Amino acid sequence: MKPIKLFLFIITFTASSLTFASSGEQELRDFHTDPLNRTKSLQHGAKLFVNYCLGCHSAKYVRYERIADDLGIDKEALQANLMFTGEKVGDPLTIALGHDQAKKWFGAVPPDLSLEARLRGSDWVYSYLTGFYPDESRPFGYNNKIFPSVGMPFVMESMKKDMSEEDFDAAMYDLTNFMDYMAEPMKKERIELGRWVIAFLVLLMLPVVVWLNHEYWKDIH
Amino acid sequence: MMTFIKDTTVSLASSGYQWVNDRLPVDRAFKTHMSEYYAPKNFNIMYFFGVISLFVLVNQLLTGIWLTMLYNPSGAGAFDSIEYIMRDVEYGWLIRYLHSTGASAFFVVVYLHMFRGLMYGSYQKPRELIWLIGMAIYFVLMGEAFMGYLLPWGQMSYWGAQVILSLAGAIPVVGDELSLWIRGDYVISGVTLNRFFALHVAFMPIVLIGLVVVHLLALHEVGSNNPDGIEIKANKGPDGKPLDGVAFHPFYTVHDLVGVVIFLIVFCGIIFFMPDGGGYFLEKPNFEPANPLKTPEHIAPVWYFTPFYAILRAIPSKGLGVIFFAGSIAILFILPWIDRSPVKSLRYRGMLSKLNLALFAVVFCILGVCGVKSPDAHPFGLTFIDFKTVGQICTLLYFGYFVGLFVIPSFEETKPLPERVTG
Amino acid sequence: MSGQDDGVDQTRRWLAIGATTAVGAVGAGFVAVPFVKSWNPSAKAKAAGAPVSVDISKLEVGQKLLVEWRSKPVWVIRRSEEAMETLDEVDTLKDPDSEENQQPAYAMNPYRAREERKEILVLVGLCTHLGCSPSYRPEITAEWHGGFFCPCHGSKFDFSGRVHTGVPAPTNLEVPPYSFLAENKNILVIGLDEEHS
Repeated sequence: MKPIKLFLFIITFTASSLTFASSGEQELRDFHTDPLNRTKSLQHGAKLFVNYCLGCHSAKYVRYERIADDLGIDKEALQANLMFTGEKVGDPLTIALGHDQAKKWFGAVPPDLSLEARLRGSDWVYSYLTGFYPDESRPFGYNNKIFPSVGMPFVMESMKKDMSEEDFDAAMYDLTNFMDYMAEPMKKERIELGRWVIAFLVLLMLPVVVWLNHEYWKDIH
Repeated sequence: MMTFIKDTTVSLASSGYQWVNDRLPVDRAFKTHMSEYYAPKNFNIMYFFGVISLFVLVNQLLTGIWLTMLYNPSGAGAFDSIEYIMRDVEYGWLIRYLHSTGASAFFVVVYLHMFRGLMYGSYQKPRELIWLIGMAIYFVLMGEAFMGYLLPWGQMSYWGAQVILSLAGAIPVVGDELSLWIRGDYVISGVTLNRFFALHVAFMPIVLIGLVVVHLLALHEVGSNNPDGIEIKANKGPDGKPLDGVAFHPFYTVHDLVGVVIFLIVFCGIIFFMPDGGGYFLEKPNFEPANPLKTPEHIAPVWYFTPFYAILRAIPSKGLGVIFFAGSIAILFILPWIDRSPVKSLRYRGMLSKLNLALFAVVFCILGVCGVKSPDAHPFGLTFIDFKTVGQICTLLYFGYFVGLFVIPSFEETKPLPERVTG
Repeated sequence: MSGQDDGVDQTRRWLAIGATTAVGAVGAGFVAVPFVKSWNPSAKAKAAGAPVSVDISKLEVGQKLLVEWRSKPVWVIRRSEEAMETLDEVDTLKDPDSEENQQPAYAMNPYRAREERKEILVLVGLCTHLGCSPSYRPEITAEWHGGFFCPCHGSKFDFSGRVHTGVPAPTNLEVPPYSFLAENKNILVIGLDEEHS
């Protein structure tokens, strides 16, 4: 038994050392979400995304129809509120802004945002969206705490001016939620299915194989 | 009427079976390898990992073939095709996660399986060949995983491959030619991707399956070891069967089923609730397409290669580093000839041997951590030491294990071996 | 020594084996689902195969439009009154009542079209013999009552796409699902009807 106990200790030790031994990183705001219960927030986030971000950022792996189905939006509401440039409902969220144009205006090409939340983490996205602050030395007048000297102008400036700090944070929370959804649209389905799979294995499969094993091994000494 | 139908079906089936059996040794094979193959009755939890790795292999083959139906192995289309699988294909996400989690699970299981070998001296005579074949499997598996990781064509795929392939460049005289030949191009490109795809999907799996078959045949030839390290064939009953053995089928088929189900619970837990593996199974930089003009801040190979990567980085010179890197894996091949103890299992060796192995395990894990971290980062915030130094110390200790294994048996007192197996 | 072989234990063993097999079979069934379903048309395929809208407000009498739908050529023809009258005249048709399954239910009539605009003919422009694209022959003469002629092997179809006797093609030209927009009968949607929305 001893070697096994020692071995388990080694594994726990290593796993925990990974958490403690971190090189100092920037302070990110905590972003918590419940993938099973966020439809309203996602709907609001979708609207914000289409109105504020889609002008410059594509989300080429995301289809309009999928957004409608996953967020419980019917096809007419989708066309009316989220589709402005004549695409078909099965099309992805592409944009007209060319790479050369963008580079000229912003210094960098606005990245496609389909996977941004998985690339940087949703905490980062939330911190970024709420991290803009006025800075006269920048070409568009704003800088960002999380992404110093970012080329992106503060597109949400007009929105922020008209609302309280909390309301703006809540709006950015919804937008981050939507970006979290875009990065992994099947997350809800994955968790729901997972519960059934684990329940099946633990409550049905495991007892039955343990019983079968016992029926053979009870006589072996 | 019903009895007539039943009787006819049964007799048709059995004569059908007889016809096949007269021409192919189905019965004999089943008896040799299952119902009359006697395995020690005292297998513990460490003995599950062989069967589980077989299960994971089947998973990788099945999900892998399915992914091949959907994946596009070109530089321009690869990354997009992964997102197509994840989003547009029904249950494509599940097949993908099964494959990516399976890859990491394969290494967890294989490392545990190898550790069992170290604990109980399973590599000792007459099982040296089983160990060698196993090491060959491990080596091919590393190649398979390395090539598989390039396929998503993300930033980490590209740059990780870039770093490892540049090691080939470090080989004197032939290095540059070799790198060019492996890549098929002046830099890693769609050409490299396409050939890695062919090797990953067709060539390596065939080699792997062949090696696994030979691994099992070699095992069955000499019989399994056990936690006490004694040979059960030494004590046979009047019927010629080992007193401490049980027929593999039904006893271990039934026993292994429990192990597989428990493994499945953990495996599915990860797939459905944390498929990213905390950022270690699906690494964050890989959610961005490969960009030859932009190097990520932090390049590290996937977690299962990090111990060896740490050894590579610990050595100051590039050339020597590659030698130690290769050496750290090569030395495992000759393990059966390094360990000179007359006693197989750790249970009957002295405290020093136990500490030696324990230290090796700890050091291997710490090396893994070093490989993930940046060399100038400080563990636990301690300013007087950095991960590079930790890596160097651990590299010494890593090789120290083999020195210990060679030296300790010459003076260590071992416990008397039992006649029959204990629990 | 191996386990006991007395009857009682054997029965319990069989019970346990049975239970494991049953649960295992259910599990295997569940596992098969994603593999089988992944072969269904993906969202990408569905988007590419989506219905196509055609504006026929400017379609002239006798004019034929060519539209691509699911990589197939689809004709939209506005038939003249003369053309509609020929539909009774040809008595050498293999399937005059469209009994073969080559059209939706609403096209099982002599004009093989929807009632609300029966002069509009929608056909998949591929010969039912070996897949060539037939030519449009609207001219009406003493011998030829108008319709379509396939140059590859000489198959003939009438003004509703119904196949003549004595030609290699076995069935009438296919009518795809189609409908008119409720708000605007001048917008034809190919690939969409109540049954297929």
